[in-house]
Amino acid sequence: MQLGRVTGTVVATVKTEGLEGIKFLVVQPLDKHQEPVGKPLIAADAVYMAGPGELVYFVASREAAEALEPRFVPVDHAIVGIVDQVSV
Amino acid sequence: MKIGLVSGNVVSTINHPFFDSQRLMICDLIGPGGEPLGGYTIAVDTVDAGVGDTVLIIDEGTSARQMFGLTTGPIRAVIAGIIDSVDME
Repeated sequence: MQLGRVTGTVVATVKTEGLEGIKFLVVQPLDKHQEPVGKPLIAADAVYMAGPGELVYFVASREAAEALEPRFVPVDHAIVGIVDQVSV
Repeated sequence: MKIGLVSGNVVSTINHPFFDSQRLMICDLIGPGGEPLGGYTIAVDTVDAGVGDTVLIIDEGTSARQMFGLTTGPIRAVIAGIIDSVDME
C-alpha cells in the first residue's frame, strides 16, 4: 500500500458494467514524508467517505478489485483507508 | 519476499473493514546489506514489529490473505518476520 493525497474527483456518466455507483478520485501518490512522487492516478473509493484534500492509503491491481463490493469490479487502484496520523 | 526497515506507522479509523484493528507499518525497502532500494510499502504487521526493526515482507496478495485465513480482502503486503541477521557469501 502507498500513501496518497486526494486532489480531485472524476465524474463519468457512461461506465462499463460493474462500475455503477463507484466514486472515482484523483490521487497523487506520496512518499513517506508526504511529498508527491510519480504521476497522479484515478482510484476507486472503497471507504465511500474519501474526498479532495484527504490523506489516504490505497492498494493496486487485484487487491483493488477485492476492496469493493461486489468483488472483482474492474478497477486497478482503490482507496482503502483515510489516514488520521503518520509517524515516520 | 522482500526485506524492509520499519520507519513509521499509519493510523486510520475510516478504512476498509479488513484493516480494523490491524497495525500498519511504513517499511522502507532495503537490500540484504541494508542498503536502501528506494521506495516503501505500507504493510500489515503480524509479528509486533517496531520502528527500527528489519523485517521480512510478503508482497503477494494470495499468500497474505492466507495468513489471515481469508480468501478475499484488499491486502497484499504483510510483515511476516523480524530479521535477526542476513549473512552473505
